[in-house]
Formats: sequence, structure tokens, C-alpha cells
Amino acid sequence: MDTDGLIKALSADAGQAKPAMGRVLLAVSVLAIVAAATVFAVTIGPRPDIAAAAETVRFLFKFVVTALLAVTAASALTALSRPQDAGPWRLIGLTVAPVLLLAAIAGELATVPAGEWSARLVGTNSLACTTLIPLMGIAPLALFIAALRYGAPSRPALAGAIAGLAAGGISATLYAAHCTDDSPLFVATWYTLAIAILTAAGALGGRAFARW
Amino acid sequence: MDEAELARLMRAALAGDDKAYAGFLVAAAGLVRAFARRRTGQGGIDPEDIVQETLLAVHVKRHTWKPDAMVTPWLYAIARYKLIDSYRRRGRRIDVEIDEIAETLAAPEPDRVSDREIGKALDLLAPGQRSVVSAISVEGRSIGETAANLGMSETAVRVALHRGLAVIAKRFGRG
Repeated sequence: MDTDGLIKALSADAGQAKPAMGRVLLAVSVLAIVAAATVFAVTIGPRPDIAAAAETVRFLFKFVVTALLAVTAASALTALSRPQDAGPWRLIGLTVAPVLLLAAIAGELATVPAGEWSARLVGTNSLACTTLIPLMGIAPLALFIAALRYGAPSRPALAGAIAGLAAGGISATLYAAHCTDDSPLFVATWYTLAIAILTAAGALGGRAFARW
Repeated sequence: MDEAELARLMRAALAGDDKAYAGFLVAAAGLVRAFARRRTGQGGIDPEDIVQETLLAVHVKRHTWKPDAMVTPWLYAIARYKLIDSYRRRGRRIDVEIDEIAETLAAPEPDRVSDREIGKALDLLAPGQRSVVSAISVEGRSIGETAANLGMSETAVRVALHRGLAVIAKRFGRG
């Protein structure tokens, strides 16, 4: 087939274009939140003392950092779902949540006696945290990878990893309502590990399914 | 043809204007041909294969272009991806800047003849799809003529064309 023939075939198939990438990613993000929230509601649910916890800064801060991660990762994902090289500056937003968490760690170390640091870091829910966040993130990650497959990422593995971060952000935001460990030391250790699992899975998924 | 004109054609194409789309694709083919020729050198890659693979990818991924953005960076990004992909499918690892590819990876590949990759991909299609795609592409028939010749409805021809092109495009994502 020569190129002119190909152009004839392609232009004959102009038709109506498929829904724009940005819209699809937005719809997929909503679906991902609904899917993870449904799993959360029918399985673990919020902690019993959530009303009292909601009056403490440490509890509320968990949502700030995890929700920020979800938003910044989803925004980076929008850029990475298109073929143009996103460039490092498109990923700069991803530093917001970690920087905030580092500041919170500094605050925690300054206000809590050194003798309590390790107990707060280890907490009581580390196993639940590192299991439940990846599990609740599976559906969002699958949805984001499907969205990348619909898109045209020039770096499928990187885009997949960021999809894992976004899924992890959503899942961790929900899990934070369940978990009774609120110290930034706990969050920085176990949430990070749990989200890293999803990020690695996302990189593999992106490489396997988002090539085009 | 300048960026603004190309973007105008592509916007019209996304709204279903097949003439504008053909105009865009012809101009895009020219740009990508020059791009691919500079970067394939004497290596075993036929620049025209890159042109065709890029056009196919433009087609199946045209929803990833933002109508308020420039269209040539998007086009070249696709061409670049397809060029790298093409080297990858031929079993060579590419970790280098694209401009270095021609020098560092060019190696003669004796048995390559000029039958296009996409021509080979036609063989993957179901017979019905293949006859529709080749009637339109190789014989240059319109949708209407193809429908009359093959005794199909125009809708069925459009569906077969659409699915056939999707299969061919997918063939290049797997390799």
C-alpha cells in the first residue's frame, strides 16, 4: 500500500472523532474515586471515632497530603497521556505533597519527645496500611491504565508509574479515614511504601498495556 | 503550509470534514517524510514506513490532540515515538537522543525490500475488511463505489474500513 492510498483510506474514515483525551481522563478519575470509595465503604469503612479524630490536626493533615498527591498525579497524568514529551517541569507539581509531608515530619519531631518517635513511626496498623492501600488502589490503577491505553503516552512506563501514584493517592485518602495512626512519621513510612507498590505496578502495567 | 493552516485543517477533520483531513494528512506526510529521512540514514529503516506508521497513529490517536494547542509538535512527537518504536521492533535498544540514532545504530539490513510494513499488515485482516481497505486505498474507490462493488451498505463499508484500520494500527503497537 502506498502512502497516498493510506491517506485515502484514513480520510474516508474521518467520521466523528472519539471523545477528547482530557474528558476521558476526567471521567475515568471520577470512576476511579467511585470504585475505590465503594470498595472502602463495603469493606473497612471509617474508624469508629472519626468525629473526634476530625478535630485533630494530625488526622486532617493525612487527607491534605494524600488528596494533594492524587490531584497532582492526576494532573501530571493528563500531560503524560499525550504524545508530546511532558518534560520534567510538568512533573514538578508532584513534589508538593512530599515537601508538605517533610514539613509535617519536622513539626512532629519538634513537638513530640524523642522517646515516642519510634512508637509513632511503627504505629499499630503498618501491615493493614501496606496491604489495604494497594488493594483498594487496584481498581483505580486499572482504570487509569485503560485511560493511558486510550491515549498515546510517549513514555508508557513513566505514565503508568504516575497512574500508580494517582491510584495510590485516591486509595490512601480513603484509607486515612480508617486508620488510627495519624503521625506524619507513620504516614511518611507506611503510606509511602504502600503507594510505592502501586507505582511499581503502574510502571509495569503501563509498559505492558499502554504502548501504541 | 504553516502551523495555523494545519491546525485549522485538523480541527475541521475532527468535526468530520474528510477533505480537510486528507489535506492535513498529505501535508503531515511531507513533514514526517523529511523528519524520517534525516533520522534513518542508511540504517535498515525505510523512512516511508515511518511516514505510514505515523499517519496511522495520528488517525487512531487524533483525540489526544488538544484543538487549542499547536498541531506540529504533536505530530512530530508521534513521528518520534514511531521512529523509536520502529528501531525497537527491529531488535535494537534505543537509549540515545534521536539525532544520534542514524550514526550509532545504522547498520545494513540486507533483505529489506520496499514492500511496506502496512501492506504486509493488510494480510492480517479478515477477508471482508481487507477487500474494503484495499478497494479504498489501493484502487482509490470512494465509500459509495466500494459499497456498490462489494454489494454492501455504505454503513457496513465504513464499519469495515474503521475496524480494518484499527487492526492495522494495533499491529504496530504490539511488535
